[in-house]
Amino acid sequence: MTDGLTVDELLFGHATGTLPEPLDLVVRTHLALSPEGRRHYALYCALGGALLETIEPAPLRAGAWERLERALDASEPRRDEAPRAASTGCLATGVPEPLRPYAPEGFERLPWRNLGPVMEFELPLATPGYRARLIRLKAGKGIPRHTHRGHEITVVIEGSFHDVQGVHRRGDLVIADATVDHSPVADEDCLCLAVTDAPLKLTGPIGRLLNPLLRI
Amino acid sequence: MTAAEASSPIRVRLAGLATPRSRRLTGRMAGKRGAGSNEESGERARIRDLALVANTRDREAFRRLFEHYGPRVKAYLRRLGVDDDAAEDLTQEVFVSIWRRAAQFDATKASVSTWIFTIARNKRIDALRRDRPATAETEELEFEVDPAPRGDAVAELNQMNFRVMRAVETLPEEQKKLLKIFYFEEKPHSAIAAELGLPLGTVKSRLRLALAKLRAMLGEDRT
Repeated sequence: MTDGLTVDELLFGHATGTLPEPLDLVVRTHLALSPEGRRHYALYCALGGALLETIEPAPLRAGAWERLERALDASEPRRDEAPRAASTGCLATGVPEPLRPYAPEGFERLPWRNLGPVMEFELPLATPGYRARLIRLKAGKGIPRHTHRGHEITVVIEGSFHDVQGVHRRGDLVIADATVDHSPVADEDCLCLAVTDAPLKLTGPIGRLLNPLLRI
Repeated sequence: MTAAEASSPIRVRLAGLATPRSRRLTGRMAGKRGAGSNEESGERARIRDLALVANTRDREAFRRLFEHYGPRVKAYLRRLGVDDDAAEDLTQEVFVSIWRRAAQFDATKASVSTWIFTIARNKRIDALRRDRPATAETEELEFEVDPAPRGDAVAELNQMNFRVMRAVETLPEEQKKLLKIFYFEEKPHSAIAAELGLPLGTVKSRLRLALAKLRAMLGEDRT
């Protein structure tokens, strides 16, 4: 655990629409995989709905309805539109919906970078200061011990790993910050999405040497 | 409801088409809370209107939804700092989305106001993040609590929206105000703290307190 950011705070931030884009991505991936997460998130959305119901209304301009009707005429719905079916491309089987734009042909087809114990693929995000990476660890392999200059928010997509905070399984959201010095080890082949808001800092004796090379 | 609407053959036909699940749900609500709850009868009318939009592209039903929620969506956007022109435009976009996606609304997963809240929230985010893959069109996936209906648990989740509404009403003014700031004002937490003249830690702990209180009222056990 950390005394700073909590999972609940991230879910709340996502519900209120105030998270930076990379954190939204990691929370949406968590929601796609975790019924427990969805249950808590649903409460925060319901709260937003309840507050919307009680907000002091702001009158719309005269003619707003007529303008809307013209827009409806111009964009008749595609009745055959089936977003759920459409978003389940068979190539992307196993890719949680929020990550499909980044891995449209499945995780296997991504241009992974081989970094020894880990393979990684950096998602092209445009938010300065953040990095979002898919990380693969073979069963029994670990990431060199490190701590964090900022936050590292990880969601387990497949498999499981453990560190000082416990065992983390598919769908779990794991928050680490400067108070967490860990060396995650995969219990089974493991695929995670990790978002960092500052570079990690390797702390082990070998890690310090690897620091400039690994960039994890 | 006007006389013309009341006698509409479409309304009668649709009422007859209510799914067994939604009938059961309505029965449960009425049994639990009595038929007199304003929120619930208002919500039922809105669910019916959305169903009319989805099934028969009923513009009168859609207009009722627009008249109720349009000014609320605009107010929400204005409070988030969107200027008047842009708020007017975004409100239009939100309702075009509602019109197009009405069939995706699922009353067992969210209330109408919750659904519209998430659409408005995402439209604004997408407007801020132009040139990125849109999030708004996939939002409903986040409400998929379980692919298969789970008996009473489904009704329970739907009930949650009314319970949240009632619970918010019973919160002290100060906590209600704090929640509104978090939902309706685009500010870093530190700016919220400065505005309230409180240390950041205090604001965060007050927020946690308000949320914990809500959860307690809703009988949520959070470990």
